[in-house]
Amino acid sequence: MRRDAQAIVLLLVGGGLIRLAWTGDYLNYVKPYALWLILPAGVILVAVAAITAWSVWRAKEGADEHDDGHGHGEPKVAWLLLVPVVGMLLVAPDALGSYEAERTGSAIGAEEGRSSYPELPDGEDPVPLPLLDYAARAIFDEGRSLEGHRIELRGFILYSGDEPQLARMVVSCCAADARPVKIGLEGALPAGLEPDQWVEIIGVYSPRQGRDEINGALVPYIEVESITGIATPDNEYQ
Amino acid sequence: MAHNGTVSADLASTDTPAPPPSPTPPPRPPRRGLTSIEALALLLVFGLTARPGLTELFAAPLAQAWAARFVAVCVQAFPFLVLGVALSAAIAAFVPADFFHKAVPKRTALAVPVAGVAGAVLPGCECASVPVAGALVRRGVAPAAAFTFMLASPAINPIVVVSTIVAFPGDPRMVVARVAASLAAAVSIGWLWARLGKTEWLRLPEHRHHEDGRWAAFWAALRHDFLHAGGYLVIGAAIAASLNTLVPETWLAPIAEDPVLGVLALAVLAVLVSICSESDAFVAASLTQFSPTAKLAFMVVGPFVDVKLAAMQAGTFGRRFAIRFAPTAFVVAVVASVLMGVLLL
Repeated sequence: MRRDAQAIVLLLVGGGLIRLAWTGDYLNYVKPYALWLILPAGVILVAVAAITAWSVWRAKEGADEHDDGHGHGEPKVAWLLLVPVVGMLLVAPDALGSYEAERTGSAIGAEEGRSSYPELPDGEDPVPLPLLDYAARAIFDEGRSLEGHRIELRGFILYSGDEPQLARMVVSCCAADARPVKIGLEGALPAGLEPDQWVEIIGVYSPRQGRDEINGALVPYIEVESITGIATPDNEYQ
Repeated sequence: MAHNGTVSADLASTDTPAPPPSPTPPPRPPRRGLTSIEALALLLVFGLTARPGLTELFAAPLAQAWAARFVAVCVQAFPFLVLGVALSAAIAAFVPADFFHKAVPKRTALAVPVAGVAGAVLPGCECASVPVAGALVRRGVAPAAAFTFMLASPAINPIVVVSTIVAFPGDPRMVVARVAASLAAAVSIGWLWARLGKTEWLRLPEHRHHEDGRWAAFWAALRHDFLHAGGYLVIGAAIAASLNTLVPETWLAPIAEDPVLGVLALAVLAVLVSICSESDAFVAASLTQFSPTAKLAFMVVGPFVDVKLAAMQAGTFGRRFAIRFAPTAFVVAVVASVLMGVLLL
């Protein structure tokens, strides 16, 4: 690969990272804090591209025509860097949703060792909770801290068999390790809940528990008072 | 979902000045005739015309899931790769050649454990440590010590230790076991290499000498190492995304019951899924069907050898090295985790 072509590849990779940071689409792939990793990395790559382009231009200006930008057996494998560029800029896949969640076991087990379940605020009604927090309180604390509160949960719909569930993908590092938290729905449900539809559920703790067929993890339930469709949040992961 | 198929319709107006290329493996430019810049231009034109078909191809949920995972691994790994190649370029350009001769103990047997403990200071994932190890070898550090550093650094650095503490609350033995098993395995592999390793297995990509000064050498090394290691990272990311998407999790459930198979299964899983060492503790903690020793094996093997790392090691040190090093690292890591599991967990 010639050095001028290398400069373009570096520019595309760096520019792709900066674009993800700029548009906020990086939240489909990594955690929010990663913004402070991908932005500097993108800037550095664009700088390397600029310096490479400048040195190629300078070499062409100079009388010495020997160094005209041709690489000396430079890495052919660098061509592969165009594949993630296509992924970032052209394909731009959505965040993982119900398709993945239906094929992966609930990640509730990660919370098993948790020891403290602080009281929920009395002033708020309903109390918004992350799904994983609700599930951990429901299963490992037997719902003690949930009783007497109305809870608000936000997630997407998925189907376990023909039973609708509420789910959210939990990401530790990047979307490649995304695992769902699933919560069963009890009570009167509106018909026609579509998979991947984002909803806000207000309800109260239900002692009922089920099991995830995939990994045998416990699935807590919530007694549904209302389901409202909401817009897809910027950060679909938790 | 946030977007539909028309995601990058505004591409031309964004900060990426060049139009996007095509996803097909680019044709290798023949010796004469097509130069790489012309090949790139052709690809860009082809990519633009092929876009509608591309969007359709990746509309299927399976393809979407694969692409999301692949892009996620790349986006997460690129910053750490940039950190790693910047460090290795700085070592190549600015650190005097005799520095490591003074800093690293002369006897390899002693240099290996020193390198292992020194691994605690590089706060990065394994993507950063591979190019740094390459730079160390090039600078005259004994390969055995450089490899121990490469293995130990992503396994025992402060960020990893903290994330393990968070992932296993109220279970400090797991943290101690992870650090001890990783360090012991890294040092053992270094000593093994010092006894059995052969330098001719190593093929480090050549760096050109620069007369234009240290900064020119720094930028050239940074560019070269990123393009080189990045290409191999892409191979690893594609394999990891494929395995993550295609291997159903239900296969794991019956294996988890058996203590021996459980350890092996999670060790193999760590190789296949290629999770960053900074977050693998959270994934290990969520694999509740498995024994603590199996979870430990998952966390010790992952930073040592996985498909993404093996591809990068093959790129940095040569294929003959990688096909010997990766299986050895796997076996030693599993043995160390089992021993530590019996002792502590």
